[in-house]
Amino acid sequence: MNDTPLLQVEGLSKRFGRIAACDDIGFDLHDGEVLGIVGESGSGKTTLLRCLSALIAPDRGTVRYRMRDGSRRDVFALSEPERRLLMRTDWGFVHQNPRDGLRAHVSAGANVAERLMAVGARHYGEIRERATDWLARVEVDTARIDDAPRTFSGGMQQRVQIARNLVTHPRLVFMDEPTGGLDVSVQARLLDLLRGLTADLGLSAVIVTHDLAVARLLSHRLMVMRGGQVVEAGLTDQVLDDPQHPYTQLLVNSVLQP
Amino acid sequence: MTDPTFPTMIDLAGVSKAFTLHAQGGVRLPVLDRVDFAVRAGECVALVGPSGAGKSTLMRLVYGNYRCTTGSIGIRHDDEVIDLAAASPRTILAIRRRTLGYVSQFLRVVPRVPTLEVVAEPLRMLGVDKAEAVDRARILLARLRVPERMWSLPPATFSGGEQQRVNVARGFAADYPILLLDEPTASLDAANRDTVVALINEARERGAAIVGIFHDAAVREAVATRTFDIEGVRAAA
Repeated sequence: MNDTPLLQVEGLSKRFGRIAACDDIGFDLHDGEVLGIVGESGSGKTTLLRCLSALIAPDRGTVRYRMRDGSRRDVFALSEPERRLLMRTDWGFVHQNPRDGLRAHVSAGANVAERLMAVGARHYGEIRERATDWLARVEVDTARIDDAPRTFSGGMQQRVQIARNLVTHPRLVFMDEPTGGLDVSVQARLLDLLRGLTADLGLSAVIVTHDLAVARLLSHRLMVMRGGQVVEAGLTDQVLDDPQHPYTQLLVNSVLQP
Repeated sequence: MTDPTFPTMIDLAGVSKAFTLHAQGGVRLPVLDRVDFAVRAGECVALVGPSGAGKSTLMRLVYGNYRCTTGSIGIRHDDEVIDLAAASPRTILAIRRRTLGYVSQFLRVVPRVPTLEVVAEPLRMLGVDKAEAVDRARILLARLRVPERMWSLPPATFSGGEQQRVNVARGFAADYPILLLDEPTASLDAANRDTVVALINEARERGAAIVGIFHDAAVREAVATRTFDIEGVRAAA
């Protein structure tokens, strides 16, 4: 186990006009750790995720990432090609809406293969085999490998998006409400799949969700955000079972128990 | 004064716990007041006291599920004593993986995961290979009389007693040096209660430090080497 954090975030702030979307956020993420970020709409959690994953630049602060060669780099100081390579190989990003993470008009197999080709895979048979293998792992009927994702259900599309992200064996995956907008039964299947994959692959992940049950099931640690600030952070079951901050208590007490 | 054969595994010093309920105008509910409590390897300590006195709260503090208001919670982990009250989430998770087992009153079910995997999971997390972990799970499920036809099903639809037995099997799958048992025999019939008593005694004989809440007096007498009365450390409301 490497004791140097995989991701180290310090003093990260991002404003949109007069609104502080993220205000002085800091945390470490280690290998194999899954961090959940919870909070209601507008709390800044998605902005934080987009800053962490270098989709947008923060106004202040640093995000340091431990590269595969062990060197630690500020992701905003990387050159554009370096950053793009990182995003295509070592990182994954699972969007809430699969349409944002997939190309709707090319086949499911090609969606998965595209990421492999981006890292230099050229042998057609091998690429197809690995794409097939990953579609099977995310429980997509491999007979449909040549169909376009727009002909798939929402849950299936989401699983294709996950396969596309994991096929290059990333070490860090960002997820924005990965189960949002899906039926409960489909959610359960996806959650179980994500839980298994993160554990088996030893993935580190940052998962944004407003669903505390999803956070409990998937994440080791939790950060609770409100108004751009982290109001409470800690071990997931500690934060949910013994919440200290008034806002966390309100969140936990507002959930319906089925 | 440490006995190398039976080292102190749990060592609480000056632990107090109060809950502050912000939705109720910040009302403060003190539960435990300056608890000193130590358990050695090979001991099984039964927490006793009336309902609501704080037995489960004490157990959850030892598991790191609740945060204490004051004091320290020493846990012997890999021959080193770590204060859970000051440990990072990452350290607490490592302690739970290798040192600290907890059988809660209710099984928290994960959708779609079959019973056999639920029970084998703690061993898998320790790096035990799948075949060996599943073998151990089979033995425990059979001892606890969970019918074999149910092993491949997720426990979500099982009865309360069946879920509790799955929960106990999971808790005993890995040989944790410390075991916390919150009513492990509630809702079990006599035969299964006897099996759980046997499992607890076997764990203690191999040197586990055990803390439990056992409402059934016969069970308590059969497993506990001493009792700890929570009444003495209950916070004055």
